[in-house]
Amino acid sequence: MSFINYSSREINCKIVYYGPGLCGKTTNLQHVYARTNPDLKGKMISLATETERTLFFDFLPIALGEIRGFRTRFHLYTVPGQVFYDASRKLILKGVDGVVFVADSQIERMEANVESLENLRLNLKEQGLDLDRVPFVVQYNKRDLPNAAPLAEMKALLNPGQVPDFEATAHTGAGVFETLKGVARGVLNDLKRLSSKQ
Amino acid sequence: MSHGPLVMYDEDYRRIAALLERLVRDASARGIFLVDKDGQLIAEAGEMRGVDSTSLASLTAGNIAATGGLAQLIGEEEFPVHFHQGQRDNLHITLVDRRNILVVVFDERSSLGLVRLRVKKAGAELARVFEEIRKKAERARASGASPFADITDDDIDNLFSE
Repeated sequence: MSFINYSSREINCKIVYYGPGLCGKTTNLQHVYARTNPDLKGKMISLATETERTLFFDFLPIALGEIRGFRTRFHLYTVPGQVFYDASRKLILKGVDGVVFVADSQIERMEANVESLENLRLNLKEQGLDLDRVPFVVQYNKRDLPNAAPLAEMKALLNPGQVPDFEATAHTGAGVFETLKGVARGVLNDLKRLSSKQ
Repeated sequence: MSHGPLVMYDEDYRRIAALLERLVRDASARGIFLVDKDGQLIAEAGEMRGVDSTSLASLTAGNIAATGGLAQLIGEEEFPVHFHQGQRDNLHITLVDRRNILVVVFDERSSLGLVRLRVKKAGAELARVFEEIRKKAERARASGASPFADITDDDIDNLFSE
């Protein structure tokens, strides 16, 4: 749930990067952290196992700029992708304002992508949220790999609703900021809708 | 989404800040942080201004969420009070209503008993303030008074062109 603070003139929103294990969620955040001006970012926190797999979440606060005199701050979270961390994923989705689904483009990970997307839909539903109504974008990551599935096939499988989607190679940074801007745009449009007379 | 944003106006913030300042004195605390369950820092008071409060807020919310999950596994709804004892500083974490978390940092100048006593009273007052904030936000939304109701595509584009 976004937080609008008139006293500090700030809007705070929560964005969650979701997707199967090893799809590149943490790599997305690491790239955002590396390429963001120090004045506009906070400390990146990674609660990870000794083998650097996400145990609970990664967290990165960043500021994007001002809108209507309010500083916009986005809190970026990743979930642990491994199947058995489902309880943790549910917790991290609480209060989410926008979701990035990071898909692994490798053909052999298509089933894991589909399972993770279904898991996202289900976990949002448990909180009374509908994936078709939450600001949502899809990122097709690892496009540089030789075993990447054709884009059209991935779109048909993972994005039938035709939400904004982006090709990426997170380890080089390609597509990372485009994805972030895409979801931030969705969140701000949603904020506009929620602030309007209903 | 099914819920609106939490909107806090200047006068609400000042009321909350005053309550926290008073709690710092009454509980002889080093610092107090008010955090919402989504991990957003709402306000802080005390002598710990240099601490990374954004990270503190996120980790507090994660902690409350994880122990809340544990509580449900054993048939409890939630664990509303947490206490972490350190060598020098201690953390007392309480849910003040269903959405907000009060974190009190204290050392040997205070005691767990005193913090508990003072937090109980302040928590009830904070819960009342948040109820008023919630009602005010609903009224503002119904009247379409929010400045964000008029955000244009250009406003959003400008944000990304900077």
